[in-house]
Amino acid sequence: MKKLVLAVFIVAACGTQPLGAGPTPVKVFAAASLTDAFKALGIDYGSRHPSTYPTFNFAGTPTLLTQLEQGAQADVFASADTANMDKLQSDGLSNGQPKVFAHNLLEIVVAPGNPKGIASLADLAKPGVIYISAGPTVPAGKYALQALAKAGVNPKPRSLETDVKSVISKIELGEADAGIVYATDVTAAGTKVQGVVIPDTDNVVATYPLVEVKGARNPYGAASFVGFVLSSEGQATLAKYGFQHA
Amino acid sequence: MRRERAPLWIGVLAAIGAAFFILPLIGLVVRTPWGDALQSLTSADTLDALRLSLVASLSATAFALVLGVPLAWVYARVDFPGRSVVRALTTLPMVLPPVVGGIALLLAFGRRGLVGSMLASFGVSLPFTTAGVVMAETFVAMPFLVLTVEAGLRSMDRRYEDAARTLGAGRWTVFTRVTLPLIAPSVAAGAVLCWARALGEFGATITFAGNFPGVTQTMPLAVYLLLETNPQGSFVLSLILLLVSLVVLVGLRHRWLGSA
Repeated sequence: MKKLVLAVFIVAACGTQPLGAGPTPVKVFAAASLTDAFKALGIDYGSRHPSTYPTFNFAGTPTLLTQLEQGAQADVFASADTANMDKLQSDGLSNGQPKVFAHNLLEIVVAPGNPKGIASLADLAKPGVIYISAGPTVPAGKYALQALAKAGVNPKPRSLETDVKSVISKIELGEADAGIVYATDVTAAGTKVQGVVIPDTDNVVATYPLVEVKGARNPYGAASFVGFVLSSEGQATLAKYGFQHA
Repeated sequence: MRRERAPLWIGVLAAIGAAFFILPLIGLVVRTPWGDALQSLTSADTLDALRLSLVASLSATAFALVLGVPLAWVYARVDFPGRSVVRALTTLPMVLPPVVGGIALLLAFGRRGLVGSMLASFGVSLPFTTAGVVMAETFVAMPFLVLTVEAGLRSMDRRYEDAARTLGAGRWTVFTRVTLPLIAPSVAAGAVLCWARALGEFGATITFAGNFPGVTQTMPLAVYLLLETNPQGSFVLSLILLLVSLVVLVGLRHRWLGSA
């Protein structure tokens, strides 16, 4: 019996060390709006760097920040705004200066065919329109409030979703009529939803910085992944998903 | 009970097992800023969440009682074909991930759902409403009541019912005047269990009913979202939920913990 217990412990201890020289992961914590673009980037990156491969944790930016503050292990943090990046820096959790790698614009998302005939931000306040938004703590929600303030309208959201992807899915399911999301989310959702352009005068430019996380287990992978995102190849992939050049 | 000394390995593993549960609770108590507790407690958002949680969980318990006691009675007393299948399906939410329950509710009662699309033509829409919260909570919590009441019905002494019937009582009278009083402890225990589960409901609620302060943002949702903006506040709310759970457990100790 004692031998068995010992054996279990030895096996368990081995599990914490990489066996041999297999590829090591680079853990990337990225804003929910980056999901599709970063997955594509990850495949490109993995094919160029056989010794490492990225694994992703996508969530609302403040959720990621909380996880990092509570000690989650990550190599790279990609935020959907500068405010949360600033917090990471003031917490002393960043390694080096964050670099802006992309910009994004807001769009109104509606069901295909735009059944409620929504043409502007003001239409979101029309009676009978179920408008939802990302919560005010999530960058997308904050940007949406800024755009609405610019347009001088104040529609009451029926739900404050935890990230921008769940806004899109509620529109796809038909539970809500309209939401404010990133232009890239509309592109990524394809034909399942439709976008309504917000004029430049009301629009808000979202800024995406990324940084290596202090105490990264894979500092080589972190640096090379950041470099790849900023490279012309990485930028081309981001542009394909509708992001604006950094 | 005969006293016994635990073998070393059993003792060590048991101690680790106990610490695994107790340490997080200690962490919560130690890290809660007691000075700010009252202030966080009385903030408008917290009070909204608290009020909504109480209203929704009590409503869910009421629905569970009205529908669940008859369901339990049917399971315990009526032998119909497919009973075990129906019984399994209606207790599924006990083991189903609540998010899956929320998605299933959307597909049935959402605006484009099987039933929801019919409701929509009457102008009734459940997602993003407090009614939606109550539905999500009932869905997840009612099986706890049904199973508890069913067990009570199966273990009760049915000779009292037979006696009442030989004295001329009708079936409804027997149910309300004899059966219900006899299983009252099971009904009460089931209701408390159901209420506690409803109070803690998160996944089905945020999926089906969304999240808006005062309308669908219950305590667990507020705890989760506060962690990102005001961690201290979320510790206080967590502690409140912990105390509620503790009170429920102490209240039901004779059922589960025996004489301990």
